Amino acid sequence: MRWWWLIGLALVAGCGSGGSDDLKVSAASSLKPPFTQLGGARFSFAGSDQLAAQIRSGAKPDVFAAANAKLPDELYADGLVEQPVAFAGNRLVLAVAPKSRIAGLADLVTPGVAIAMGSSSVPIGSYTEKVLSGLPAAQRAAIMRNVRSREPDVAGVIGKLTEGAVDAGFVYVTDVRAAGGRAEAIELPAALEPDVTYEAAVVKGSGHPARARAFIEGLLSGRAAAALRRAGFLPAP
Amino acid sequence: MMARPFAVACGAALAVAVAFLALPVVAVFADAPPRDLVSALGDDAALDALRLSFECSALALVAVVVIGTPAAWLLATRRFPGRAALVTLVELPLVMPPAVAGIGLLAALGPDGILGGITGRHLVLQTAGVVVALAFVSAPFYLRLAQAGFAAVDPALLEASRTLGAGEARTFARVAVPSARAALAAGAALAWGRALGEFGATLMFAGSFRGVTQTAPLAIYERFSTDLTAALALSAVLIAVSAGLLLAVKLATRDAVG
Repeated sequence: MRWWWLIGLALVAGCGSGGSDDLKVSAASSLKPPFTQLGGARFSFAGSDQLAAQIRSGAKPDVFAAANAKLPDELYADGLVEQPVAFAGNRLVLAVAPKSRIAGLADLVTPGVAIAMGSSSVPIGSYTEKVLSGLPAAQRAAIMRNVRSREPDVAGVIGKLTEGAVDAGFVYVTDVRAAGGRAEAIELPAALEPDVTYEAAVVKGSGHPARARAFIEGLLSGRAAAALRRAGFLPAP
Repeated sequence: MMARPFAVACGAALAVAVAFLALPVVAVFADAPPRDLVSALGDDAALDALRLSFECSALALVAVVVIGTPAAWLLATRRFPGRAALVTLVELPLVMPPAVAGIGLLAALGPDGILGGITGRHLVLQTAGVVVALAFVSAPFYLRLAQAGFAAVDPALLEASRTLGAGEARTFARVAVPSARAALAAGAALAWGRALGEFGATLMFAGSFRGVTQTAPLAIYERFSTDLTAALALSAVLIAVSAGLLLAVKLATRDAVG
């Protein structure tokens, strides 16, 4: 009967790692720098679209914090989350390596320049497509010809830049700040800059709805809001 | 009286194992009606991803078999100082998380890597980079089984071949390889399966671009958020191919044993 021990042990070990009472927060990749400073919750970072798809497939985190308004609004319309709250803004920029010869969008059309951007389904990718759609067709086509990778989240885009695989990538200004000195931000023309709004919502069926609401409240004021400002996020527009 | 509870316990364990391992596979096929699966495969991007997966994994497999077979022969038949350390080293990617493999490949073969002066951007974000990533994660499977296969070849057979005047190369090609063919086939199939399923190292090293570096697993991940049916369809194809591979190995192995 000695193997009963093993089963008991396995069960205890399994519960020890998974059964904790922490608040579970599914958050956009770009929120990683400020959120990991917060503590008091277990964070899962990925592209907002992946996190939304997980919730549609039946996953039940307590809070969903996305890099756009569209995904939480769609989940709200389908009755999967409570009313979303806009809690932060961000700015889309062109990130380049330090001392890069690229000084703006005009330099992205040169053949041989390698560019990374988000895939269409992730917010960073759809914001980027929106920016490019504001350009003349020929310039847009020349830029798209230089795109070498469509990454599943913004961490992938900034990673491809900092490891030297591409010359430029479209990311949030907060990602450049988090990259330390390994990337520089080039502002986009004001007319092309998209409105980047972050929304969070309590996931229906959450085991801790009150704490989940308190977490979202905290994003608007208090310690979490301060952490967002320090990381370079704007107040919700 | 002890045998019976033990047999029951083993039976129960088997039932749990089968249910646990088979359920996700069955669910992939059950979750989407076959008609949807077929129509989702009509999507050009899905076909691009499948084609790329097969081409890159086949190329990686050729490289792994061509280089891995003589390498495994040497590891299996020679005793030299540091051999155990060497064997451990080449098996290390087996237990490496794919993200670690991706970082390692970048640090070695990326533009800023150790060999960056030579590789430049010829591998990162290129189809060749996919092949490199697949070969890196799958080679240890082949090396391990090939080595075990060669080690199990009856030394008397090899000795007889040499006594009859066959050189080392001829003994290897005419005696060792045919004798170890079941293990070599099993290793090749496992390596191919691992290469077909590779995700993390590919994404980190080669990125994701349709028709260039987006293999089927990367396409599945992308579709998960937008089109679950298409993601299921691609998953079903990969499962079917992998099942075919495993079955082929079983048949090849049985042939050699029986």
